[in-house]
Amino acid sequence: MKENTKIYWKGIEQLKNDPEFVKNADKEFPEYLPISENENGNSRRDFLKLMGFGVAAVSLAACEAPIRKAIPYLNKPVDVDPSVANYYASTYINGSDYCSVVVKTREGRPIKIEGNKLSKFSGGGTTAQVEASVLSLYDKQRLQNPMKSGAAVTWDALDAEVKSKLGEIAAAGGQIKIVTHSIVSPSTKKAIAKFIAAYPSTQVITYDASSYSGALNANLSSFGIRALPSYNFNKSKTTVSFGADFLGTWLNPVAFSKQFAETRKLGPKKKEMSRLYSFESNLSLTGANADYRSPIRPSEVGLYVGNLYNLIAAKAGAPAISVAKVDDTATLTKAANDLWASKGSSIVVSGENDISVQTVVNAINNLLGNYGSTLSWDAPVMTKQGDDAMMDVFVTDLSQGLVSGVIFFNCNPVYDHPKGAVIGSSLAKAKFTLSTSDRVDETTSQVTYVAPDNHYLESWNDAEPAKGQYSLSQPAISNIFNTRQAQQSFLTWGNVSTSYLDFIKENWKETHFASQTEIADFQTFWDQCLYNGVFEGDATSTMSAVEFSGDVNAAGTKIAGKYKKGTGLELVTYESIAIGAGEQANNPWLQEMPDPLSKVCWENYISMSQSTANELGIEMKEGFTTKVNVKAGIGTVTLPVVVQPGQAAGTVGLALGYGRTKAGKVADGVGVNAFALLSSNSEGIVYSVAGVTIEPTGESYRIAQTQTHQTFMGRETVIQEATLAEYKADASAGRYKPMISSYSGPKKPNAVSLWKGHEYNNHHWGMVIDLNSCTGCAACSVACQVENNIPVVGKEEVVNRREMAWLRIDRYYSSQGNKEDKSMEGLSMLEKASENPEVTFQPMMCQQCNNAPCETVCPVAATTHSTEGLNQMTYNRCIGTRYCANNCPFKVRRFNWFKYHDNRQFPDNTAMNNELGKMVLNPDVVVRARGVMEKCSFCVQRIQTGKLNAKKQGRRPVDGEISTACATACPTEAIVFGDMKDSNSRISQLLRLSATEEGDTEVKEERAYNVLEEIGVKPNVWYFTKIRNKELTDNQA
Amino acid sequence: MLKPVKFSPFKEKSRHLTRTFCLSLVALIFSATVAFAQDGEAASGGADDGIPSDPAVISAGEALFKQNCTVCHAINDRVVGPALRDIHTRRPLPWIISFVQNSQKVIQSGDDYAVKLYNEYNKTQMTSFDFSNEEILSVVAYLKAESTKPAETADPTTTTTDGQVAQGGGSGVPSEYINIILIGLLIVLALILLVLVLIVSVLTKYLAQKDDLDEADKDVVQNRFDLGKTLKGNTFMGFAVFIFTAIVLKSVIDGLFTVGVQQGYQPAQPIAFSHKLHAGQMEIDCNYCHTGVRTSKSANIPSPNICMNCHTVIQNVGGQTGMSPEIQKIYNAIDNNQPIEWVRVHNLPDLAYFNHSQHVKVGGLECQTCHGEIQEMDVVYQFAPLTMGWCINCHRETQINTKDNAYYDKLVELHEKKSKKPMTVEDNGGLECAKCHY
Repeated sequence: MKENTKIYWKGIEQLKNDPEFVKNADKEFPEYLPISENENGNSRRDFLKLMGFGVAAVSLAACEAPIRKAIPYLNKPVDVDPSVANYYASTYINGSDYCSVVVKTREGRPIKIEGNKLSKFSGGGTTAQVEASVLSLYDKQRLQNPMKSGAAVTWDALDAEVKSKLGEIAAAGGQIKIVTHSIVSPSTKKAIAKFIAAYPSTQVITYDASSYSGALNANLSSFGIRALPSYNFNKSKTTVSFGADFLGTWLNPVAFSKQFAETRKLGPKKKEMSRLYSFESNLSLTGANADYRSPIRPSEVGLYVGNLYNLIAAKAGAPAISVAKVDDTATLTKAANDLWASKGSSIVVSGENDISVQTVVNAINNLLGNYGSTLSWDAPVMTKQGDDAMMDVFVTDLSQGLVSGVIFFNCNPVYDHPKGAVIGSSLAKAKFTLSTSDRVDETTSQVTYVAPDNHYLESWNDAEPAKGQYSLSQPAISNIFNTRQAQQSFLTWGNVSTSYLDFIKENWKETHFASQTEIADFQTFWDQCLYNGVFEGDATSTMSAVEFSGDVNAAGTKIAGKYKKGTGLELVTYESIAIGAGEQANNPWLQEMPDPLSKVCWENYISMSQSTANELGIEMKEGFTTKVNVKAGIGTVTLPVVVQPGQAAGTVGLALGYGRTKAGKVADGVGVNAFALLSSNSEGIVYSVAGVTIEPTGESYRIAQTQTHQTFMGRETVIQEATLAEYKADASAGRYKPMISSYSGPKKPNAVSLWKGHEYNNHHWGMVIDLNSCTGCAACSVACQVENNIPVVGKEEVVNRREMAWLRIDRYYSSQGNKEDKSMEGLSMLEKASENPEVTFQPMMCQQCNNAPCETVCPVAATTHSTEGLNQMTYNRCIGTRYCANNCPFKVRRFNWFKYHDNRQFPDNTAMNNELGKMVLNPDVVVRARGVMEKCSFCVQRIQTGKLNAKKQGRRPVDGEISTACATACPTEAIVFGDMKDSNSRISQLLRLSATEEGDTEVKEERAYNVLEEIGVKPNVWYFTKIRNKELTDNQA
Repeated sequence: MLKPVKFSPFKEKSRHLTRTFCLSLVALIFSATVAFAQDGEAASGGADDGIPSDPAVISAGEALFKQNCTVCHAINDRVVGPALRDIHTRRPLPWIISFVQNSQKVIQSGDDYAVKLYNEYNKTQMTSFDFSNEEILSVVAYLKAESTKPAETADPTTTTTDGQVAQGGGSGVPSEYINIILIGLLIVLALILLVLVLIVSVLTKYLAQKDDLDEADKDVVQNRFDLGKTLKGNTFMGFAVFIFTAIVLKSVIDGLFTVGVQQGYQPAQPIAFSHKLHAGQMEIDCNYCHTGVRTSKSANIPSPNICMNCHTVIQNVGGQTGMSPEIQKIYNAIDNNQPIEWVRVHNLPDLAYFNHSQHVKVGGLECQTCHGEIQEMDVVYQFAPLTMGWCINCHRETQINTKDNAYYDKLVELHEKKSKKPMTVEDNGGLECAKCHY
């Protein structure tokens, strides 16, 4: 790396060089061993007793092995072969999130979710939440029977009562409301229509926990369509986001990440990339990936949007709107110039739930000529349909006793709506209340009847995420409990006797089958659609001719009235990447997934900037922080503070989705509910609160934060980066090229070795990780957890630095500055450095070194090298000396301090501690015992399966056939896995491998580097330098 | 699937080696005697009981026996019916003929032996066979020939490889003679010892009577053998301790190596299913029932619906009418919707990954390589030790089945450049940990 003044740090502690941090950084393992389960400690006598017992037990066990049964199917299904995985295309729908998926099942049990590559809408990737959703299927907290007033009843009894009650209400003309999140499924809508036909006084109220109502209404007034356009980030050269975290949570992050990454990939033939501007308060995933990020207050979003409009309008010759000037005009002007320069291939988005802001955003896009290219009405996105105004009316009606019957269709407004408390207290006023929720959640606990719905993996369904793009859900397992699909319930109550499957088929026959001409037979058509999971209808649409007709001036006036430069503290809530709006809060995989930016898990917290923390006198080091009382709007909550670099000054952030009280054992009592602090009116839900007061309670608190747990000891070449201009001039810009002195002069580290090296005849597995396209979304780390049976250790053990993740995503902040500069000491340095740092994400797993330091120190040869380049870890041979982990320069080996399975001490590890949860375990991967080391295996079980399939068919494996769980999950294809011996494989192409004269292969790609190349361990994982599309001058400013 | 076993002679356990060595030694000494005895017996059987000894008749009898009788009878083992070894000496020929032709008639006639037999075997009726007297005679001739042959050792490791004798010099010596031979040897040694002691005492006495011996010689002659002194001597003590420690260590190590090794494990199964009948006599391909053996990790225990492919028609064995109680169990399982809980015979630990299709489909191994002569087993037992040493040894010695498999083409080419030996599993990384442990 060239000499610059950029400094990298993983957390505030490192930046401060806190003594505690330095102490911990020196050690692979924390010094203390708090593993004594009783306080008295174990004496030598106990040890002898145990040993005596152990010897006796062993000799007894040796006498007779337990009888193990082998129970075959009674009637083996044709398609199911024990130990052979089956894959079914299906559709993930959770709340109003959508993803087309492929479900891997073993012996009829879904065990893994992967993206459906055939889907245009979601593009074949997944998110952390999609990956984790398979465990929610095996959640013991799900309802096992239909209920009435808290007691189990039969479906027949329930149906009879529901029908009679609804019949009475409908006959009297009483209002019946079906409250739901956005319904993406056309057949579900039709089923509800059948229900409404039977009870005509029924109305459907749609709301979304994260509302898009403002944007939808703006589009309605601007274009006459109450939908969102389809976004094509892959066509956008300049993207400006005002608080829309489109890479993390906004609208369709899976596809948007893929599209965005397409514009960020670089290679010898493509030296151009897009530029992303982000104006936001909390440091989001989008902000972290932005080339230019400007931290702003939520009260100024409207002003920034308005100012951008004026800048663009000035160029376009359109009249300006009257809004106040903003502070950061430099970045905004730059953004405007870039937008104008890439007219027609740019996108401006905003996450603000406000009709006037969204109208102005539409106007900007219109001025830029983006409609028809990057934004298209050909296939409007239908996943968000919530109407805040209707919901508001519903709450008022309910509280006034005007509503006679309420059906909550898979939603939980008592928890996830700002007026939840009102809804909860008014439910008693309705004569008939029913919920189809899968558990007794905050809302369901207050209704009379519960008709539990199936999990999506047990259901038939269809979906239309965007107009003309359809997908199907099919059950991958038969019902685990006595539940019934809610759609079936609606049909039953609506006196329709067909099954919902037939109902869907009938719909498809009438609409989609009729719309196509390729397949003549419906059954064939249906089977084909089911196999593909998706059906993309006729792409040509008549909608493209819509014209912008929004009233910008009126919107400008409204903005000027509503948005004022804020003073004091403002609270900004956001959906976290892991928990979202809280639907899957009871999923321990998601709870233990560290937030991509703060790296905090098992909690939500108040994030604040270093300057705000300094003002409040809050100090945070090594996870020790202070709890504060936050008074915001109508509520007061107490929760810990996390100092978050990049947080806009004068704002604090808080994640939604936590603070569940009735979600289940894992989620209950974790964090606080941020929805309760928000307000909602007829114009919509407002996701920020002004006039917040924060008082430190003085109570010290330990937060589970993984960010500084594994560190590279100040070797700052781990991240290698450059700007686009530098890259264009020199493809190897930013690369650190160490040389080793030898008797024959300086040599590359790879050329100097004590060992002879390995010979790979067959395969040589390797991985490429493009830091430029990695957005840090963490889908890979959850996918790894699912695939490899990685235990959940719980908050306490994360605090003890014993998280088990094989794949972690290291997040580095960087900023201009110089640690040695004495003029920048103390807190002022901190403040400046952490004000708005650059962020780099680096997925870090076992680097599968060719000269692996771990292999040479293992006294029992439990970790060895394979002829395919894998660094193998053999658990049954490991005796737990942990020498290997101490000797690993990448700190990727994890030690099993405990037996995490079948252990009541780890109740949160539901995948290994109850009969139902265990169904999710991957039968091809061993569940590790206490006292052994484990680490990334490059998904050796997948490699073995892939090779075996090829051998059985008498051929070589095809590139792409064998892939790791992380690479498969990655929505941006930042992780590429493959055989470096196969010259046609993607990895060989990416690395531009070529044979040297000595018969070795050489990596020709200039961006490719090994982390810590200078120590000569020769990893098989290659990283591509991070390239930022920044001006050189900006970088050095 | 059911060809003569091709199998690599892997390391046998040390117990076997010792035994083989002893046996060969003994066999060398006593072979002449044994051979003579056998000849004598065969000769004495001959003419007087009316059972033919013509090889053609015997082989006809063998065919009949294997086709009709082995479902219920074995020569040495009690199966459904009694073992038929030495039947010609136990029962007279006319009785045998009438019992085979119609057993119920004999029982109803009040024949004591027949009634006792009937009760002893839980009143299981023997199917009546419409055989001629000559046919039955040929079966008896076969049985007689088999009975007079020395019984084959039941030890599974004595199976042959490609027709060659597996057990070295010891083969051919019936195991039941071993003890007799060993006891004989001991007696001989004791006699020799006695004779030597007698000689010594006679000589001592003789020398003691002589007067012209010098002091040193007298000491030798009068020196009485002091047992206690010898036992207390350092040499003896050291030797004894050494032997004792060696034996203890050896047995501890042997014992530890057998922890978890279930070789020979032969649990009773819920249904008396016989592989000998299905795979051996009926020659049903293994893959017919074990559907996964070429496609998946597990070979699959057949589900009752596969059993029903045949057993909807075949409801009893050996020509009996009515429903066999064992087959009834399959019907019961289906009727009661209650799967059959077989007892697992081969239990690999969870930490080891074994895939049937890799070995059978890709490797082209026979089932018998690991499962033994399964077509001879009425009740399945664990043939191989299933230890890691056993696995690895085979991986070291087995050549990869690279024929017509494009996966291996380049590998074979590379291998041939470097080595003249054929490519074994080991050469392709078959000994690496992560091939089986992950």
